[in-house]
Amino acid sequence: MAVVRSSPAGAATRRRRRLLTRRDKLVLALMVGIPTLVHVGLVWVPALGSIALSFARWDGIGGLDTIQWIGTLNYRQIFTIYPPFWPAVQHNIIWLAFFIVVPTVFGLFLAVQLDKQLRGSRIYQSILFLPVVLSLAIVGFIWQLIYAPEQGLINNLLGRTEQGNLIDWLGNPKLNLWAVLIAASWRHVGYIMILYLAGLKSLDPTLREAAAIDGANEWQAFRRVVFPALKPINVVIGVITVIESLRAFDIVYVINKGTNGLELLSVLVTNNIIGEASRIGFGSTLAVILLVVSLAFIIPYLVVYFRGSFSRELR
Amino acid sequence: MAVTDADVTRAAPRVAVTTAGQRRRIRPARVLLHAFLIGTCLVWLAPLLWAVYTSLRPYADTAERGYVSLPGHLGLSNFTAAWTNAELPRYYLNTLIVAVPAVLLTLLLASFIGFAVSRFSWKFNVALLILFTAGNLLPQQVIITPLYRMFLLIPLPTWLNDTGTLYDSYWGIIAIHVAFQVGFCAFVLSNYMRTIPHELTEAALVDGASVWRQYWKIVLPLCRPALAALATLEFIFVYNDFFWALVLMQSGDKRPITSALANLEGLYFTDLNLIAAGSLLAAIPTLIVYITLQRQFVRGLTLGATKG
Repeated sequence: MAVVRSSPAGAATRRRRRLLTRRDKLVLALMVGIPTLVHVGLVWVPALGSIALSFARWDGIGGLDTIQWIGTLNYRQIFTIYPPFWPAVQHNIIWLAFFIVVPTVFGLFLAVQLDKQLRGSRIYQSILFLPVVLSLAIVGFIWQLIYAPEQGLINNLLGRTEQGNLIDWLGNPKLNLWAVLIAASWRHVGYIMILYLAGLKSLDPTLREAAAIDGANEWQAFRRVVFPALKPINVVIGVITVIESLRAFDIVYVINKGTNGLELLSVLVTNNIIGEASRIGFGSTLAVILLVVSLAFIIPYLVVYFRGSFSRELR
Repeated sequence: MAVTDADVTRAAPRVAVTTAGQRRRIRPARVLLHAFLIGTCLVWLAPLLWAVYTSLRPYADTAERGYVSLPGHLGLSNFTAAWTNAELPRYYLNTLIVAVPAVLLTLLLASFIGFAVSRFSWKFNVALLILFTAGNLLPQQVIITPLYRMFLLIPLPTWLNDTGTLYDSYWGIIAIHVAFQVGFCAFVLSNYMRTIPHELTEAALVDGASVWRQYWKIVLPLCRPALAALATLEFIFVYNDFFWALVLMQSGDKRPITSALANLEGLYFTDLNLIAAGSLLAAIPTLIVYITLQRQFVRGLTLGATKG
């Protein structure tokens, strides 16, 4: 089918090229040029800047000529003697693992349930999706009311508000990451659920009918037919989950500025520019580590995505 | 859009099949499922309802009876206190100053890219879209350090910003929102515009319509549903931004409401009742948007994730 379509489309493209006036070409150039300039100038130039500055030492006080180039010293220091680095890496990994195991699985489960022709499905969806519109900063505030040691909902319900027995959900470095992850998941589940619902709705219903005719029970049909057919949406959700886990910042910053058990790579980057000591090179090195990890997921995903969709529609 | 049209036609036979099958099968499973979903929804609403309950009780009432107790008194005093003491209206205004131009500019620039990429096939189309989409997916912290220094170095006339630089100005915050979000919107809009038949613009071209006319008069009006969905989604994104304004603005009183909350907590929101009222006040505009434009919001999100 692609072959049949491609030849008239190709001819049309050639015809169209010739019909464009000089003014048209200028308009097109501006339409592509302006957004590209804005995006590249404010996103990719700084990203490259992070790479360059990661090899430098600069306190940011003097001009650009006070930048000292120190090779890979920042990297070596971060990997060996910078105390919060490995805890932050560990917290980011826990964040990612938790997001994959808890909200993703639960969101998928809810989506599958809500995809059955249920009465009131819309209302359930609206409620479960509600936290997604809140910023993670506000989620942080709202959950402080629940986790507060003496006045919080949980400790009051558990009867553990006395000095001796209270549980310091957000203050205890062994607990607070998990407490924050539950709060963040409260928001993330709805997001995953709605993406999977969209994926389930776009599935070919004959798939399930065929499975039912073959005598598959609900779990078998899901396991062998529905879930494999959801592969494109699984990939999207995988990328979103990785990126969200690397981006996580607002909620821990609101709770304790990302200290005492809540260190994350994103917080370390920020602390090196708006903290007391401005260490531009050091902060950039941490940013490059984030950049490398995120691009390792983003680029393969996008290349596969665009190769697939463009070869089908435009060629 | 293409997906929703297809949904409607595809969903129809399935409804018939399942309801016919369900009638005959066991009902207890359904009852159990509803019970489970109702329970989950109650748990999901609990944090918000708890915040509402706490915010309605004066501090003295909770101090006397404890937070988990029946109220002796309910009222809006925490809301009025948060509203006036923390001067919240100013921060809502700051948000508006940033969000309205940011969303409009983002959509305009993204529709340029979407139009060019979907109507004209060049060698760079795929590369360009990868560049934009990848840029939007980067964690913000990857670019913040050089961006912060750039903003300090880029001069701005003092009538535009009193510090004379892009740093600590609304312009800077608008600019970074546009630059960052244009990636996502260009991706969504180019997908959407590819579903508009080529014959439409081709016919216009043969009739001698200029490129700009094709864009403005033919393609853009047809994108209204996608633009509405993206506008809703982007408004929420910009409204909820915490990070950009936190780092790129120094003056607390210029910050939009979400970023301002971090400062306000220490200064004005001194007890849990006020924190509850303050964060609910900050959340109310997004909740209103959600309640009135839920479909648009959801569609904006899923437009990006499923192929248009």
